[in-house]
Amino acid sequence: MSRAVEQSNRAMLRARDAMDRRYAEPLDIPTLARIAHVSEAHFIRTFRATFGETPHRYLQRRRVERAMSLLTDTERDVTDICYAVGFASLGTFSRTFREIVGASPTAFRKRTTAAGGVPSCFTKAWTRPSSFG
Amino acid sequence: MTIDAISRSQIYVLDQDEALDFYVGKLGLEVHTDADLGFMRWLTVNVPGDRGREILLERPGPPALDPATAEQVRELLTKGALGGYLFMTTDDAHKTYEDLVARGVDVTDEPTERPYGIDFGIRDPFGNRIRIGQMF
Repeated sequence: MSRAVEQSNRAMLRARDAMDRRYAEPLDIPTLARIAHVSEAHFIRTFRATFGETPHRYLQRRRVERAMSLLTDTERDVTDICYAVGFASLGTFSRTFREIVGASPTAFRKRTTAAGGVPSCFTKAWTRPSSFG
Repeated sequence: MTIDAISRSQIYVLDQDEALDFYVGKLGLEVHTDADLGFMRWLTVNVPGDRGREILLERPGPPALDPATAEQVRELLTKGALGGYLFMTTDDAHKTYEDLVARGVDVTDEPTERPYGIDFGIRDPFGNRIRIGQMF
């Protein structure tokens, strides 16, 4: 039983790693389910049970986190950043960003300063907007 | 009194032979010590030539951990939630990255230029996170 849980965890983690790595690509559930070697319905259900949120939500948070970083660290304009982090439309990007961060991309950019010398692998994990309150 | 070195660190692995395949066979580390102590297999590796710093590859289980706790450790590890973050350096991040990809290593982050260097992220077969950086 427990070995099955471990195998399932690793499969879900592999799919989550793919989202971390390929967030800028148009990743969809069939692609991610294939990485995890399970059916689409099973993937969504099991991912949520493993990590506490749906794969769609995880990918949105990953993309928004990357957008937050680009807004803070670069001068690139919002539309450019929207496509660079994997959103297909500016409307979806703005709505998702506001829902997750609580401010528009432009307002967020005005109020934030860069994180400095901390390794970015940590700032990415720790500044990522939370789904968990 | 001054503490003057970090000589040993520990991470959990699910299987020590598989850990050797990964850490020695794929990452190119060396076995420092592989000793059967009876109650455990003491298995440490080090970066080639750096014998002063070892990583203990420990299998969670009795007698150190009761079976139920060992199961919890294994579950967290496979979720990537246990900690055990290793940071390593290389003289050529892009080349090292390509070599590791060719060996089938799981990648979490492709090489990116940061203020402090070029680094990328990989995952060991059990869920431990590893960063490899070419520092400026």
